[in-house]
Amino acid sequence: MNKPLRRVAIFCGLLVLALLLRDNWIQFVRADELNAHPKNTRVRIERYANPRGNIIVDGKPITSSVDSGGNYYKYKRTYVNGPMWAPVTGYASQVYDANQIEKIEDGILTGNDDRLFFDRTLSMFTGEKKKGGDVVTTLSGAAQKAAFEGLGDKTGAVVAIEPKTGKILALASTPSYDPSTIAGSDDEKAWVSLNESKSKPMQNRALREIYPPGSVFKVVTAAAALENGKVTDINAPTDTPEGWKIPLSNREMVNHAHGCANTSLIHALEISCNSVFAKLGDDVGRDKMVEMAEKFGFNAEQFTPVRSSASVFDKNSDRGGNALSSIGQFNTATTPLQMAMVTAAIANDGKLMKPYMIDQLRAPNLDVIKQNEPEELSRPVSPETAQKLQQMMESVVTKGTGGNADLNMDGVKVGGKTGTAQHGEKNAKRPYAWFISYAKTSEGSPVAVAVVVEDSAGTDREDITGGGLAAPIAKAVMKAVIKTRG
Amino acid sequence: MSVVTNTTTIGAIEAPSRRNTELALLAFAVVIPVFAYLNVGLAIDGKVPAGMLGYGLGLTLLAGVAHLVVRKWAPYADPLLLPLATLLNGMGLVLIWRLDQSPRLIAKSIRDFGSFSPDAPKQMLYSAVGIAMFVGVLLLLKDHRVLQRYTYISMMAALVLLLLPLVPGLGADVFGAKIWIHIGGFSIQPGEFAKLVLAIFFSGYLMVKRDALALASRRFMGLYLPRGRDLGPIITIWAVSLLILVFENDLGTSLLFFGMFVIMLYVATERTSWIVMGLLMAVAGAVSVASFAGHVQARVDAWSDPFACAEKVAACDQMTQVLMSFGSGGILGAGLGQGSSDLIGFAANSDFIFATVGEELGLTGVMVFLLFYGLIIERGVRTALAARDPFGKLLAMGMSGAFALQIFVVAGGVMGLIPLTGMTMPFLAYGGSSVIANWALIGILIRISDTARRPAPAPAPNPDAEMTQVVRP
Repeated sequence: MNKPLRRVAIFCGLLVLALLLRDNWIQFVRADELNAHPKNTRVRIERYANPRGNIIVDGKPITSSVDSGGNYYKYKRTYVNGPMWAPVTGYASQVYDANQIEKIEDGILTGNDDRLFFDRTLSMFTGEKKKGGDVVTTLSGAAQKAAFEGLGDKTGAVVAIEPKTGKILALASTPSYDPSTIAGSDDEKAWVSLNESKSKPMQNRALREIYPPGSVFKVVTAAAALENGKVTDINAPTDTPEGWKIPLSNREMVNHAHGCANTSLIHALEISCNSVFAKLGDDVGRDKMVEMAEKFGFNAEQFTPVRSSASVFDKNSDRGGNALSSIGQFNTATTPLQMAMVTAAIANDGKLMKPYMIDQLRAPNLDVIKQNEPEELSRPVSPETAQKLQQMMESVVTKGTGGNADLNMDGVKVGGKTGTAQHGEKNAKRPYAWFISYAKTSEGSPVAVAVVVEDSAGTDREDITGGGLAAPIAKAVMKAVIKTRG
Repeated sequence: MSVVTNTTTIGAIEAPSRRNTELALLAFAVVIPVFAYLNVGLAIDGKVPAGMLGYGLGLTLLAGVAHLVVRKWAPYADPLLLPLATLLNGMGLVLIWRLDQSPRLIAKSIRDFGSFSPDAPKQMLYSAVGIAMFVGVLLLLKDHRVLQRYTYISMMAALVLLLLPLVPGLGADVFGAKIWIHIGGFSIQPGEFAKLVLAIFFSGYLMVKRDALALASRRFMGLYLPRGRDLGPIITIWAVSLLILVFENDLGTSLLFFGMFVIMLYVATERTSWIVMGLLMAVAGAVSVASFAGHVQARVDAWSDPFACAEKVAACDQMTQVLMSFGSGGILGAGLGQGSSDLIGFAANSDFIFATVGEELGLTGVMVFLLFYGLIIERGVRTALAARDPFGKLLAMGMSGAFALQIFVVAGGVMGLIPLTGMTMPFLAYGGSSVIANWALIGILIRISDTARRPAPAPAPNPDAEMTQVVRP
């Protein structure tokens, strides 16, 4: 009986060999694929197994982690002033993943990033619990507060930038939400209601919503006209008839302001003449207008590092469309961030700095792992053109529609531009109120702001103007920045 | 010049008993699980676990008693079987204890059943009963050939054991499989014991009939078919047990019995045609069962693409969790107590305990465990080869073969090599019947190996010896 016995022994050996091979297949060959599977909750369990690092503003954390005592996810994210900071932090949910800084810098915050390898190894030996690193932002608590409270219960967004460096100082979006309410593992109700809410509280309007800019876009058209030599003297008449006919159409450009006929560029900006800027855009031509807009950052996504939507200046419009686009209507659409970048470039004498909101990444022991330095993005206009644009925008505040933004502070000059953008089919919807502005002292400009108020229930339609609704918010933000810097 | 004192051709040189080797190996088999226990405690609570002394002493005591009994009553037994079984049993206790500490499983138990009671102490008790069974086998069974007398009683016993779960009031339908009976506060899986009893019946019957089966056959299409009166009884028993198991939804055990039957028939008759016939019958059986049993189809679905299946059927989620457990273990594993294999949920400590090995000890650990099982099988087959009587050969081979098939079906099912059939990893998994029956199996193997390795009885004194003595100058 020994011969069949030996054969059966070999068969049993083959069974064990098959198991060994299969084990190598799933634990070695397929391990990465299985670990990366979206159904694998281990990644999230690991993300919340230890306290996450924090997001820091003005040296103080605006996030923290509490021991939720859950069986799956030990620590839960909480937020200080959640609704105010939500457009900056994003959320980190035990069930619904994470977004914005919480997602982009997840490696640092959980402590899993390769750059934290030595910290991890060290704490393994010292027996300390694993901790995440911190993300230090460029934001200013005072500016953010002024922006958020200025918007109040209106729908809108504010972006404030430090023109010299591109540091983002404020990034507000309303209506907002508290990321704490969806951080846990049983927050399905809050999650569903946030996602289904008509007011879209989770939309980051400062970075991800594109609006028709209306008259605030006129500064870009003015910059293009000056750079391309279509206007050399901002005080000279512009040769524009009242009732300038839009090319390729039978319609005439409507002016809401009075006294636009043949007025100077500076006065046209003060009172926001549509005809003058539409004609200028037409004079400059579509291609040069596109070039100027793109130098300011249009038609491209910006990474702050949170990605913004790309603002739009139509590259393929016909002459009439180009004329309409040049006053910020037709296909022109922009994020609040984009308009803040335009303002910042003008305030910074023509140099556009790349906007960013993460100053540094820190290891748990406070060592700086990465320090972000200001970076030049482009030079859309020459310093001379920038000076002229500043002169015009300051005149908007002192003599024109932007009076509400005047800070009335010694040694501080304020330049601005109002906008009231029509939108919707036949302009049926309530217009957007825009305001862009910057403050300037003898040492340069500390802040440039863009404000958009999307819908302001309770305000009569006729009263919705950039100067009336948006300028006071911009003023509050600028004041907050100057006070904290002063 | 050497003095030759032994002139017989049959070697009567005293074979080494290897009892001290066994003792040394047993020391490892106790120390390793005790360290593993300490490891789990440190990983989960950061301190030396309170039960460590009790656990260490308990395991030492059980191993010590087993060793002393072997030393006294089976001195020539194979030295590897007992340490391997002890090590696996000890590691199983550690893994079950580790899963007892999982807050997720505690919460789940409280949610589903209203209370939680740790399984490790119960398993410790079952292990003690298992060792008692082992000791009992060695004490009561002085010679394994005695079992031949119980060939037909074994047949009846196997049928009764298999039928018990179908008896109303006694059997219980646990998660679809009717393989349990409840007596008092205990639940028993009679199938585990039926495995042993059926092996005894097959050995006894085949030993008697093997010549008839091998020789008195007609050739048909190149195959030797035996006479019906020789094969009839065995086919009947086998078919009845398969039918019962199919009704009880216990496919793993059906496969196990069928495989054991084919292996033993092949070994007894030395006819390769049995393998061919066995495979044909297996295919026919699989197709017919799959065509009328819906749950078989579901198992095959869960096996072929668990992730797609989990989208539709919640039960498949278990399989995906098992696979992700293995994946997460990688090469070296997460470390004892530091994995998340408790995400598997229900049956994490019984059917799927191998996934915890995979996640916490990694590829390395799983391979070590598979090789341990491989060694047990190898020692079993060696025992069969060494056994001098056909009954012992068949019995040892049947038990080792059944053990090998069980390892393959369970580990293969858990690792997704074959469809899952819901059996338990011997010694490792939680469950009283399994531990007790497998200790009995090891006991029988040790008894056969003791007989096999025992030095041949000294030859009868040769009256001519004196006269042929070499006279030296």
